[in-house]
Amino acid sequence: MSETLVSVQDMKVHFPIKRGVFFDRTVGHVYAVDGVDLEIKRGETYGLVGESGCGKSTLGRAMLRLNEPTDGKMIFDGQDFSTLKGEELRKMRRRIQMVFQDPLSSLDPRQSVESILVEGLRAHDLDEGKESTAKRLRELLTAVGLPTSALRKYPHEFSGGQRQRIGIARALALNPDLIVADEPVSALDVSVQAQVVNLLEELQEKFGLTYLVIAHDLAVVKHISDRVGVMYLGGLVEEATSEDLYEEPLHPYTRALLSAIPVPDPEVEDRRERILLAGDLPSPANPPTGCRFHTRCPWRQATKCDTERPALRELKPGHKVACHYAEQIRSGEIQPHEVKPILVEEGDGLSPDVPLVGPASVTEALNP
Amino acid sequence: MALLEVRDLSVVFQRKGEAPFHAVDGVSFDVEPGQTVGLVGESGCGKSVTSLAIMGLLPKRGAKVTGSVTYDGTDLLKLSDKQMRDKRGSELGMVFQDPLSSLNPVVPIGLQVTEVLERHRGLARKEAMIEAKDLLDKVGIPDPNRRLKEYPHQLSGGMRQRALIAIALACRPKLLIADEPTTALDVTIQAQILSLMKELVQDLGTALVMITHDLGVVAGLCDEVNVLYGGKVVEKAMRHRLFAEPRHPYTHGLLASIPRLDAPRGEKLTPIKGSVADNIPWTSACAFAPRCPNALDVCRSVTPAEEDQLGRLLRCHNPVVPGTPAAEEVPV
Ligand SMILES: Nc1ncnc2c1ncn2[C@@H]1O[C@H](COP(=O)(O)OP(=O)(O)OP(=O)(O)O)[C@@H](O)[C@H]1O
Ligand SMILES: Nc1ncnc2c1ncn2[C@@H]1O[C@H](COP(=O)(O)OP(=O)(O)OP(=O)(O)O)[C@@H](O)[C@H]1O
Ligand code: SF4
Ligand code: SF4
Ligand SMILES: [Mg+2]
Ligand SMILES: [Mg+2]
Repeated sequence: MSETLVSVQDMKVHFPIKRGVFFDRTVGHVYAVDGVDLEIKRGETYGLVGESGCGKSTLGRAMLRLNEPTDGKMIFDGQDFSTLKGEELRKMRRRIQMVFQDPLSSLDPRQSVESILVEGLRAHDLDEGKESTAKRLRELLTAVGLPTSALRKYPHEFSGGQRQRIGIARALALNPDLIVADEPVSALDVSVQAQVVNLLEELQEKFGLTYLVIAHDLAVVKHISDRVGVMYLGGLVEEATSEDLYEEPLHPYTRALLSAIPVPDPEVEDRRERILLAGDLPSPANPPTGCRFHTRCPWRQATKCDTERPALRELKPGHKVACHYAEQIRSGEIQPHEVKPILVEEGDGLSPDVPLVGPASVTEALNP
Repeated sequence: MALLEVRDLSVVFQRKGEAPFHAVDGVSFDVEPGQTVGLVGESGCGKSVTSLAIMGLLPKRGAKVTGSVTYDGTDLLKLSDKQMRDKRGSELGMVFQDPLSSLNPVVPIGLQVTEVLERHRGLARKEAMIEAKDLLDKVGIPDPNRRLKEYPHQLSGGMRQRALIAIALACRPKLLIADEPTTALDVTIQAQILSLMKELVQDLGTALVMITHDLGVVAGLCDEVNVLYGGKVVEKAMRHRLFAEPRHPYTHGLLASIPRLDAPRGEKLTPIKGSVADNIPWTSACAFAPRCPNALDVCRSVTPAEEDQLGRLLRCHNPVVPGTPAAEEVPV
């Protein structure tokens, strides 16, 4: 059995931008995921962080083939998951389960907890008679810390944290190897987040699970992950163990990101130096040339940055970075300078946080 | 006398056929010019309702507001709608979480800023345009000349929030209430906006009420912090004191449950058990009792009163003894 459970190779997901009366003209593409390579080891937690619209969810969904990748593949436990079909695909799907951000919208409100859980078991022929199923359901609920009385209830009868436990139980029911958790705690109250984080950690130990945790909160990701990948505009810019990433961030974007995260401690906050980035995230429909971070990078240099896309390379053992000048930045040879914010061209009215279904013009906004 | 004095502010929502609901329950705090006061607490604890009550923005029917909100000597709760509207445009500014819903979607940003300048500061159109450009520049909107002509939906979330701050600033408010101004934004954009707000307070002496659920934001920005739970302030202290030595079991529990970026590997998180759904009414108990590791019998029969404990206010029968580690492991 190889140590690597998941290997993502040159994954790309480009969404066509359609315009015209019948949305029949492709006027461009959103380069949501644009060439990502990563490996996840058996039993580890890989954290994927990055700001809104950088392509985290799309990458996760492409790995599960909920979005068909434009290019690239995912090898899961030695098999090319991206080409599987029919029965084989169905079988493999059982082994990769997903936990979503908003438990309420991912659970059918008309189904009781019991039927939600049994449904999954049935779909994968794991429903082996009344008694053993009942036993399995009790085990699952106990594992996620819910009383067995929960079985007869409906999702709306639970609090957010409890609903997330149901979502986790549903994923666990199928005995998966890999759980992809997309923002598993960001919809929860602060006081409840830790319950779910601890539960995920406990289950991992108990069932030997491998996790891909996608989140924008780097403090949560750092806490839960063994290794972390930082995404910016569709690509990985840095990858390291969570300690390494925090101790010595090598990519300018990671540095800025880390420095921007508030720490709940006034002593620390008063001493901190922030690297304030100028301007906004460019649109993934119109990504900058060369290094995608060059429009905001305080370390940007006159050559290469805006012409050549830096590849992700290993700078020290287990620590990869995609920056042409990572060595010189690390040694202090290159110092940060001020950056004037650049107007982000929304191009087609596409900014990272404007939903694509939104109005394309003011007239449209007026007459929805 | 402080610039803003909120005293015993309560808001009760009354819906037909339902029991009255105390969303805000006797909240008091002061804000001085150049000071930032934080209201922090989890979803539903009454942060937004408090700010809406101060600004006179709650629906007249269905919401009963009592107590007093004294701004510069005047009780805002006693003003007419018209008087309140004038105050809001001029001396009182507000920034909301969702900038899109508070900007007029069919009016260009520039016009929304100049309107305020013309109406409240009496500037002529031309002067207003120049000042509007300055304002957008100041809040970090690139290419302000062009941005002035654009509509809110043409701006990104961060730019919209900046535009909203520019509008709030246009009338040079003495008091600014910011309700989760950065919650919908990315952290790098949040850092920009927070540093902008800090500058406002320091350079212009604006009094700022900062509403957030993020203790990290509070730690860096607020002078005094009010921790709300179930509509009541349960702990109030200056930020250094509050974070160094949280005494209310809820504050203490919150701090023990959030991962810290600077924590060493293997950091243990101690969650607070249950959720706000477990709360019991404050009427003759502590609302937090079902979730509280320090709860005593008395907590379920007597409402804890607000007490002054060496420069901090605490509402608790059995506060955390300084130096206590996080509560015992609760079952997950
Ligand atoms: N089905 C789709 N069709 C077209 N564009 C899409 C689609 N799904 C996502 N996108 C776009 O792809 C980009 C990446 O989106 P994605 O949801 O992966 O980001 P994310 O990193 O998960 O962000 P968030 O933190 O906001 O969840 C965004 O610009 C988004 O608008
Ligand atoms: N117009 C209203 N009518 C009835 N109840 C309301 C109304 N507005 C708010 N509430 C209730 O008052 C309570 C406090 O709400 P509020 O919006 O102040 O919470 P909050 O602390 O701002 O939470 P969040 O962090 O989610 O914004 C909630 O239980 C809410 O459901
Ligand atoms: S390649 Fe250039 S622009 Fe990109 S991160 Fe490195 S220094 Fe900055
Ligand atoms: S009053 Fe009692 S229940 Fe409430 S916080 Fe204090 S100790 Fe806990
Ligand atoms: Mg996402
Ligand atoms: Mg609110």
